[in-house]
Amino acid sequence: MTQNGVLEKTYPAASFYDHQGKYRGILAWILSTDHKRIGLLYLGLILLFFSVAVFFGFLMRLKLIAPGFPLMKPQMYNAIFTLHGIIQIFLVVIPAIPAIFGNFFLPIQIGARDMAFPKINLLSWWLYASGAAIVFLSLFTAGGPIDTGWTFYAPYSLRTTVNVPLAVFGVFILGMSSILTGVNLVTTTHRLRAPGMSWFRLPLFVWGVYATAWVQILATPVIGITFALIMIERYFGIGVFDPAKGGDPLLYQHLFWIYSHPAVYIMILPAMGVVSEVIPVFSRKNIFGYKAIAFSSIAIASVGSLVWGHHMFVSGQSDFASVIFSLLTFLVAVPSAIKVFNWVATLYKGSIELKPPLLFALTFIFLFSIGGLTGLIQGALAVNMHLHDTYWVVGHFHYIIFGGMGFGFLAALHYWFPKMFGKMYDMKRTIGGWIILFIGFNILYFPMLILGWEGMPRRYYDYPPPFHTLHLISTIGSWILIAGLIWIFFNLIQGLRRGEKAEDNPWKGASLEWQIPSPPPTHNFEKIPIVGKGPYEFG
Amino acid sequence: METHRDDMGSKIGMWLFLLSEILLFGGLFILYSSYRYKNPIDFHLAAWELDRVLGTFNTLILITSSLSIVLSIFFVQKGNRRLSGLFLLATIFLGILFLGIKYVEWTAKIGHGLYPNSPRLLGRSKGEILFFGLYYSMTGLHGLHVLIGLFILSAMLVLVMKGKINEHRFVPLENTGLYWHLVDIIWIFLFPLFYLIT
Repeated sequence: MTQNGVLEKTYPAASFYDHQGKYRGILAWILSTDHKRIGLLYLGLILLFFSVAVFFGFLMRLKLIAPGFPLMKPQMYNAIFTLHGIIQIFLVVIPAIPAIFGNFFLPIQIGARDMAFPKINLLSWWLYASGAAIVFLSLFTAGGPIDTGWTFYAPYSLRTTVNVPLAVFGVFILGMSSILTGVNLVTTTHRLRAPGMSWFRLPLFVWGVYATAWVQILATPVIGITFALIMIERYFGIGVFDPAKGGDPLLYQHLFWIYSHPAVYIMILPAMGVVSEVIPVFSRKNIFGYKAIAFSSIAIASVGSLVWGHHMFVSGQSDFASVIFSLLTFLVAVPSAIKVFNWVATLYKGSIELKPPLLFALTFIFLFSIGGLTGLIQGALAVNMHLHDTYWVVGHFHYIIFGGMGFGFLAALHYWFPKMFGKMYDMKRTIGGWIILFIGFNILYFPMLILGWEGMPRRYYDYPPPFHTLHLISTIGSWILIAGLIWIFFNLIQGLRRGEKAEDNPWKGASLEWQIPSPPPTHNFEKIPIVGKGPYEFG
Repeated sequence: METHRDDMGSKIGMWLFLLSEILLFGGLFILYSSYRYKNPIDFHLAAWELDRVLGTFNTLILITSSLSIVLSIFFVQKGNRRLSGLFLLATIFLGILFLGIKYVEWTAKIGHGLYPNSPRLLGRSKGEILFFGLYYSMTGLHGLHVLIGLFILSAMLVLVMKGKINEHRFVPLENTGLYWHLVDIIWIFLFPLFYLIT
């Protein structure tokens, strides 16, 4: 039986990989309702799309290596930065942590055998795959690849000849997938916690994903209707965003950002959850300020839903609205800072083991802090006039999204890899890859902050010679960064193929996923555990 | 491995989904309020052109259909599947009637040349163009929800007839009822906004 959350491992555990269900081969995966298999299905697709989007990013940087560099035509460049944005945001960053690790680990961490709605979970994946297929299909239809930027701003998206309706329809389907995943995660957290798993014994990753899931449910429908209106507008010309017919493009921007700003928190909150998970385990210390971290997730999700107008300071919205949005933007920094301080306090006097997951988590804190503080600078109204739509903004959000969410994702991948695959990767090699990635990252994105400060506008196809040096440095950084990524993922694939068998609990974690075999058996727990202690009481 | 069943969980899931539906329509209501505020007189004039008698009649139909789905759930809980099925059938009939009347209304408007991008509408003021743009989008999206509801109701009818939904297991029917009430409530907001406030 179970005592203090520790399970006896007496049962013959057939891992979920060996599970013999109704179907064989590939069907056993794409028709499986096992949350672990669905998580891995997401992992496969998301890594595929990620590599495509990184390639587009590489092409953009290559184009900008020198003024007038003749790599591609302007229309092609517009299409490439649009695709880079759409793929990275809608197909990779938004679903990545909730759909992969939330799926795989949230049920296990709360002591459940699956999600609340396993079939809807599978439906979500199918919607995700179909939405992605539709987005890619839109590239090959009449008019060529979309060139609107990932924001689809009206009235340009109503006028351009490319196939905008099909692309936004694809994103609409992706939104449905995201909503259903959110519904599943919230219901699972409410209904399937094991006996004794009180709200304040939940691992902080669960809190992060739970807060995220609420944003997915409440914000995604708004972009759904916005994109539906773009489709209706294109096919029937109802006029709601068309100034020629009395429509107001500013309202499009409002509706777009009502979703797309909270979407930033869909990206970052689960990553913060990962960091809160990794830091106590590798400091061998209970987390400092558990409740503060848990509630700050909720605070970020709620206040973060009310700051969308800071994308529109120069759009002509009322000054009064801008002042309120600016104030709220500053406010949302408070719960984020609370988390950072609590993480650092957890490290203080801990027995730190600098293993790869912790290395990525610490990098998260460093890069996220740069991203967050640059965000505050551009959140000030007067400064924003100068920085709006410049490379500063591009630098800022790459520090948040890649530096924050991306490194959080790598932390999660390296933390849970042994549990997911039952194999161990070469930790020394990971550290080599990390050095390259970290250096490449900063060489790629830091010059963008300076470029923007000096006035280089974003999304431009070309630039005058004074900007050359910094653009050149940035492009070289992109090569180093890609080398680091290849190194890191190659190392993981090597681990998968010929790594040593992983222990059940290689990091000596105290949360439930480490108390079951690696990889987990099909139903996770033979008996539902009775939880008697918190997730970070290492004893 | 015991089969997992959690009726409360299913209902929580449904409520969360309905919440997302409200926000979906919420985007449209924001547009409506904003454009009404900007073009009060145009909206006033345009609203006069909608048929208030048909609108009222449709409102009564939907409210009655909400009653009939409640009765259907009531009877299945009491174990009377025959009456439950009958009231489901009545709900489906009322839903079809609603869409039929909507069809008559739309065709009449289109017959008058009042449809998005029509030469006649483009000749009108901007506020009126927006009014009819929103009228078609909002009642259209609502109609789509009624249509989807009809398919779900029909599936429920089959399940009730087969006895898959019975006095021991009726949560799918309850969830269908919740969805149908949402469709009803959205109409109760659409009706005054387009037909009554002039």
